[in-house]
Parts: sequence; C-alpha cells; structure tokens
Amino acid sequence: MIRRQEIPNLAVSVLPLGIILLAFFLLPFARLLVASFGGPQGPAVYGAVLMDPRYLSSLVSTVVLALAVTLVTLLISGLAGVFLDRNRFPGRSIVVAMLTLPLAFPGVVVGFMVIMLAGRQGVIGEIAKLVAGRNLVFAYSITGLFIGYVYFSIPRVILTVMASAEKLDRSIEEAARSLGASSWRVVIDVIIPGLMPAFVSAGAICFATAMGAFGTAFTLATDINVLPMTIYTEFTLRANIATAAALSVVLGVITWIVLAIARTAAGNTVAAAG
Amino acid sequence: MQRNGLFIAQLLFTLLVCAFMFVPVVLSVMAGFTANYIRGFSSGLTLRWLFEVWGLYKDAIGLSLVIALACLAVTLIVGVPTAYFLAKANHWTTRLVEELLVTPLAVPGLAIALGLIITYGGIREFRSHWTFILVGHVLYTLPFMVRSVLAVLSSIDLKTLEEGAASLGASYWQRFFTIGLPNARSGIVAGALMVLTLSVGEFNITWMLHTPINKTVPVGLADSYASMRIEIGSAYTTVFLLMIVPLLLLIQYIAEPARPSRAEAAVVPQPAGST
Repeated sequence: MIRRQEIPNLAVSVLPLGIILLAFFLLPFARLLVASFGGPQGPAVYGAVLMDPRYLSSLVSTVVLALAVTLVTLLISGLAGVFLDRNRFPGRSIVVAMLTLPLAFPGVVVGFMVIMLAGRQGVIGEIAKLVAGRNLVFAYSITGLFIGYVYFSIPRVILTVMASAEKLDRSIEEAARSLGASSWRVVIDVIIPGLMPAFVSAGAICFATAMGAFGTAFTLATDINVLPMTIYTEFTLRANIATAAALSVVLGVITWIVLAIARTAAGNTVAAAG
Repeated sequence: MQRNGLFIAQLLFTLLVCAFMFVPVVLSVMAGFTANYIRGFSSGLTLRWLFEVWGLYKDAIGLSLVIALACLAVTLIVGVPTAYFLAKANHWTTRLVEELLVTPLAVPGLAIALGLIITYGGIREFRSHWTFILVGHVLYTLPFMVRSVLAVLSSIDLKTLEEGAASLGASYWQRFFTIGLPNARSGIVAGALMVLTLSVGEFNITWMLHTPINKTVPVGLADSYASMRIEIGSAYTTVFLLMIVPLLLLIQYIAEPARPSRAEAAVVPQPAGST
C-alpha cells in the first residue's frame, strides 16, 4: 500500500534510524573487524585466538556454561510456567509478579543477589552452618556465575513459556486424553511439542545472553575464565586491542548465528504446527 | 482442575523457584537498613547507609535519570516513525530494516562498546561526554520501542483506516499524527517503560563507555560492590530497586492480558546482552 508520492515521507521516517545504525553500529563493527586484523599478527590473530589454550579454554567454558544455564533455565521455567498458566490459586498473581520482577535487573545487581545467597555471609552458608556446622560459599566461582545466569534468565523464559502455553489448543490435549493417553504421554506428545517454538526462541536468547554477559562475572570475581571477562582483561589490562577485537568478533558472530538459527527453527516449527 | 499430589508438588516447586528469586532481593534490602550485617538485626536499624549512598552517588543517580530520559526522547522520535513505516510498507526493505534493527541485540554489549571506543574514542569531547553513553543506550533500547509499537500497529487494520483518511485528503504526516500515533498509544507506553527500565539498568555497554566523571547507577553499583562495605552496597541496591521496580510493576500491569497481542508486545522482544 505504498504510493509512489509517499516514498520521500517514508524515507524521512526511517532516515534517522538508518543514520544511527550506520554511524554507531555498522561502522564501529567494521572498525572492530579492521582492528582485529591490524595487530602484529594480522589476520592470523583468529587462528591464534582459537589455538591458544588460554583463549580456547575460556571459549569452551563459556559455551558449556551457557548451555548448562539454558537447559536448567528451560527446565525450571517450563515446569513453573506451564503450572502457572494452567492453575488458578490464591496468591497466584503475586507469585507471577515475584518471579518476573527481576526481569530487568542488570548483571551487577544479579551478582550481588548471588552474593546474598551464597557469599561469605550468604543465607545458604548460614543454613549450612546450622545444619552441617560449616559455612558453604560458592558465589565467587563459575558455580556462582551459573546461579546468577539462571536467576537472570528465569523471568524472561517464564514469561515466554506462559504466553505460549496460553495459546496452546487445549482440545488436542483433551483428544489425546479421551484416546487413553496418560498424563505423561500428553506432556511428552502434546504439550512439549506445542511449546517447542517458545523453548527454542527463549533458549536461544538465554544462551546468547549467558555467552555475552559481563556484569555478574564482574561483581563475583574478575578471575572467572569466561570470554567476556577475557575480552575485558585483554582490552583494559593488557591493551591488546587486536586480540580483544578478534575475541569480540568471535563472540558476536557465535551469538548472532545461534539467534539466527533459532529464529529460523522456531519459525519453521510454528509453520509446521499451524 | 484436580488438586491432587501432582498439583501440590508443582506448587511447592514453583514456590521454591519464587523463594530463589525473591529471598535475595529481600535480604539485600534488609542489609541496607541494618547497622551491622554480620551481627544481624540485633545491631539495630539505621538510615545511615542510605544517606551515605546519597552523598557518594547522587551524581550517578542524576546522570542515570538524564540519560534514561534522553534515551526515551531519541527512541520516541526515531522509533515511532520507523514502526509506522514498517507497519505500512510490506517490502523486502522493511525486512532488511527489521533485521538490522535487532542485530545490536544479538551482539554482546562488550563488542558494541569496543567498536564504539575504537571508532570514536579519539574524539575527546565526545568520548568524555555523557552522550557517548547515550549512544550505547539508544542502540540497545531502540529495538524494544520499535517492536512494541509495531506489534500494536500490526494488530489493527491500519490499512483500511489509512485508506479512508487518504481518500479524504490527509497527507502522510497528518495520518501519522491522527491515525498512527493514537492507535499505537498502548505500544508507545509499553515501549517507553521498557526503554526507561533498560536504560537505567544498562551495564555491559556503559561500563566500557563511562569515564570517572560520567558514572551511571549500575556503574556505581559495581564500584560499591567492589570497594565498599556490604551495607553500603545493599543500601545502594535498594536505591536502584526504588528507581526500577515501579517501572517494572507498571510494565507488568499494562501487560496483564486484557489483549494477548499487547502482552506479547511487552514480552517478545528480549535483550540478548543485558547482563
């Protein structure tokens, strides 16, 4: 429904956006690429980054951490989200509010929440002292980071699961039940496939977030070996701009690819289901 | 609905998750009012830490509010016309614009910040000005405004309304102001709340872009967690929660499902790198 004479107006509508994206995103990303090639090693920096045990172990532990966070968050949020969508009980809206309130807590604050839970004076340690007689501290390590990322991811995944569960066609479940399927079979054959697009897209966002997250690690301990911390250290402490840029490009490309694949997959599943 | 063992088990599980999410928030607020956290409440309650936080970090609080409002202004001026354009035009260029728009969310903030520093770090006046941080915030929040408005505009029959107005002689911008804007109101409100919340809480990009004189609240928080006593960190967290929780409650309130499409608008766009 675009009329030819409207084209100048349409152009004016998107021109500011175009300028912002070009000047402050595309150009900086291009410069980042150039900077990564511009070090003493030249383009070989990418080979070095992927071969060097230090960077490689950082990359691997980040990917493993992000995968674990994604799986655990999907499991927790899937169970709680479907339950909250299907049941009405007194206080339900308060429970939903409490679960989704930390939605926009920044990573630094999430890190502090982990310290409150599992830090030196944390509540888990206090309980452990009462029960087992010794303090239990795991905030300042990759375990603490894992807890923090799960904490951070639960609100948004629960919201997605609830929105998606609400749209499930209940008559398919009833049909399955009337044909004699057990509750388990209904969950496995009807509910989980129905929620799959939501799981895929929420899971991809969860993974990408955990890959690029920075604030939580920064609050917990600066020596946690995850990729964003490595980039930060290379850039600020070692002034190794080419390596930092190359690692950033690798990180950006990984998260971008994961999100792109998930979008396509979720789209296809939606199409297949509908 | 059966209230059987399965229901109870699921309820307990959900409440456990709830405790995991909420207990640390309560603890950190309480610690900010406790005279000595290690000794607990028996040491007495105090407002001392809150006053210390105000003295130490009031500039950061002010700057965060300035940047959030500026960010809102920019995303409104740039984002709403863009969403209007995307809702009207169905063309390969619109898909390109949409794709390009969400790319900054798929790239970690650290990488964006590094790119910005490499590109513009040499321009002293810009590098040390708060608008340098604003640039990062706009990149990160703009997709939320556009998608929120676009979701609402796509859910109504914009085409018929537009054709009616156009046949009566309304120009492009007349239609934008008299049809686009009023119909997009709920999306604009939801988007605006999201933009404010995200801007106030942004850390990833801001930490790299900030300078000693330009600190926002999350940057100050990182600072206080690293170098201050736990009570001050807690009190500062409480101040931050006071800034952000009303916005989050409003978001929840307007997303409450009178219309599913609106709820979706608030839920679907998710940041990839906000930690």
